Amino acid sequence: MAVVFKKTNMLTDTPFHYCPGCTHGIAHRLVAECLEELGVEGNVIGIAPVGCAVFAYNYFNCDMQQAAHGRAPSLATGIKRTNPDKVVFAYQGDGDLASIGTAEIIHAAARGENVTVIFINNAIYGMTGGQMAPTTLVGQKSTTSQSGRQVAINGNPIRVCEMLATLDGPSYIARCSLSDTANVNKAKRAIKKAFENQLAGKGFSMVELLSSCPTNWGMTPTQAVDFVKEEMTKVFPLGVFKDIDKE
Amino acid sequence: MKILMKGNEAVAEAAVRGGCRAFFGYPITPQNEIPEYLSRRLPEVGGCFIQAESEVSAINMVYGAAGAGARAMTSSSSPGISLKQEGISYICGAELPCVIVNMVRGGPGLGGIQPAQSDYFQTVKGGGHGDYHMLVYAPSSVQEAVNIMYDAFDKADEYRMPVMMLGDGMIGQIMEAVELPPMKDPSTFPKKEWATDGTGIGKNRRIINSLYIEPDVLEEVNHRLFKRYDMLKEKEVMCEKYLCDDAEIVIVAYGTVARISKSAVNDLRAKGIKVGLIRPITLYPYPEKIINDVAKQDCVRKFVTIELSMGQMIEDVRLAVNGLKPVEFYGRTGGNVMTPDDIVNYVLAKEEK
Ligand SMILES: Cc1ncc(C[n+]2csc(CCOP(=O)(O)OP(=O)(O)O)c2C)c(N)n1
Ligand code: SF4
Ligand SMILES: [Mg+2]
Repeated sequence: MAVVFKKTNMLTDTPFHYCPGCTHGIAHRLVAECLEELGVEGNVIGIAPVGCAVFAYNYFNCDMQQAAHGRAPSLATGIKRTNPDKVVFAYQGDGDLASIGTAEIIHAAARGENVTVIFINNAIYGMTGGQMAPTTLVGQKSTTSQSGRQVAINGNPIRVCEMLATLDGPSYIARCSLSDTANVNKAKRAIKKAFENQLAGKGFSMVELLSSCPTNWGMTPTQAVDFVKEEMTKVFPLGVFKDIDKE
Repeated sequence: MKILMKGNEAVAEAAVRGGCRAFFGYPITPQNEIPEYLSRRLPEVGGCFIQAESEVSAINMVYGAAGAGARAMTSSSSPGISLKQEGISYICGAELPCVIVNMVRGGPGLGGIQPAQSDYFQTVKGGGHGDYHMLVYAPSSVQEAVNIMYDAFDKADEYRMPVMMLGDGMIGQIMEAVELPPMKDPSTFPKKEWATDGTGIGKNRRIINSLYIEPDVLEEVNHRLFKRYDMLKEKEVMCEKYLCDDAEIVIVAYGTVARISKSAVNDLRAKGIKVGLIRPITLYPYPEKIINDVAKQDCVRKFVTIELSMGQMIEDVRLAVNGLKPVEFYGRTGGNVMTPDDIVNYVLAKEEK
């Protein structure tokens, strides 16, 4: 029988533990497919965050390190500086990257560390049960902003891509969405570009992926992807924020 | 050939000769000469130096580099070590080898920049969360610091744990004549099969991790770590005993305070008072048995613990003496350092009572 679809070799056979309708799984697959297509098997070190993706070290078929909450960019720095020929990527959530790990991501980007960061923005702290994230939308309910995020009390959401794009270090910064097939395909192209930049030694690259968390948003999977498409993209516009090849 | 070197620079050079090829740190007095020296020295030997954005980041760079197989280190002083504690706990949990230097200054808070020994607790009693220890050395001269640093990476690799060199600020700042050992050849270092060097795939994947969600598994990990600590207690205890055989009073002191105490012991002996000195060189594993054996000597009347703190190591001295003899404390803090005369006067005053 002809094989029409095969799971990428860069994922292990361990079943994902993610909730139904969660887009973490799609993000994993895209990253793994890009690595396989770039032919870097046996040359990769990945970093798992603290967050729902903490077990990413069981899923990616490569050497993996697990980082303390928010510190993945520092691990990536230490790994890449001592193994400059290897492909190094960090996979981080929004609480991890945009709250507790803001210093680490900004300085890794500013130093132009030649690593790739995959940033899962699901506007919530998934793993700990739906608390407000730095990326939670104004008005969005969470377990620590129960009547909806209010600017006067909780401040404003952070746009990481726009912020990092002001730095000279990054070579490529893009925001994509995992809400539908067309956008998933675009996201894959962006991830591939990010890794290609690393392979070409161009410096820091990051792809933010607008993701769903149906469980903690209290939505069905379809409602959740609609929320990504209709609400999240208003606050977090999709696009390429920095591309040194186009400057 | 001996050359005159400042403690911090001598420690840095000894690290390079001992195989260190990666340094990550953040400036803080009184250890700045270490990163300054390594920023120019490491590139000469193909190593990497990064000034991180914080101590938190620096220790996590160490985690990454050590996890990928490098001989990596960081150095700092007390407030910076406080910030590194999260990372140290993770490094211990993930069983990674590395070297950490703490040139201790006074606290709490921003404290001062003068020498202190008030980080004993955060160094040997944990500091970060969880059940763990490090191999902790407290040199009392620049030469001893060099010798310890030279082999520190070998010890870290052997036991897969962090080695901490605890120097009171004085060790970093004084200039002394030192003999530097020859450069070790990195190609002779044992291969680290567990390190994530990127070649892992399928069954050969390596995972550096400290998450063990199954209680039984985590318990097993903790037992594995503590078996290693038992090995330290068997094989790595280092301690100097000075004139203890006939001593009536035994001083226990470490680091530069032990040197000051040694002068005081000599002065007191000249006055006819039989004083001895026990100088722990490893603070973990602690020379508990050696102290206990001395406590059992009939001639020994009491112990005096001397520290640049309000009394931290004294707790371990008391545990080691285990009630056999009284244990007194004499200390200075705030960056003040006692002279040999201060110790002589303390001992004499107590004897007159
Ligand atoms: C130092 C520290 N603080 C807090 C936590 C608890 N914690 C675990 S995951 C998490 C939030 C993760 O949220 P995010 O990064 O958005 O990832 P998601 O689960 O949404 O993918 C928090 C706060 C921790 N593990 N360590
Ligand atoms: S809690 Fe949210 S982010 Fe976490 S696995 Fe479930 S849906 Fe995904
Ligand atoms: Mg999140």
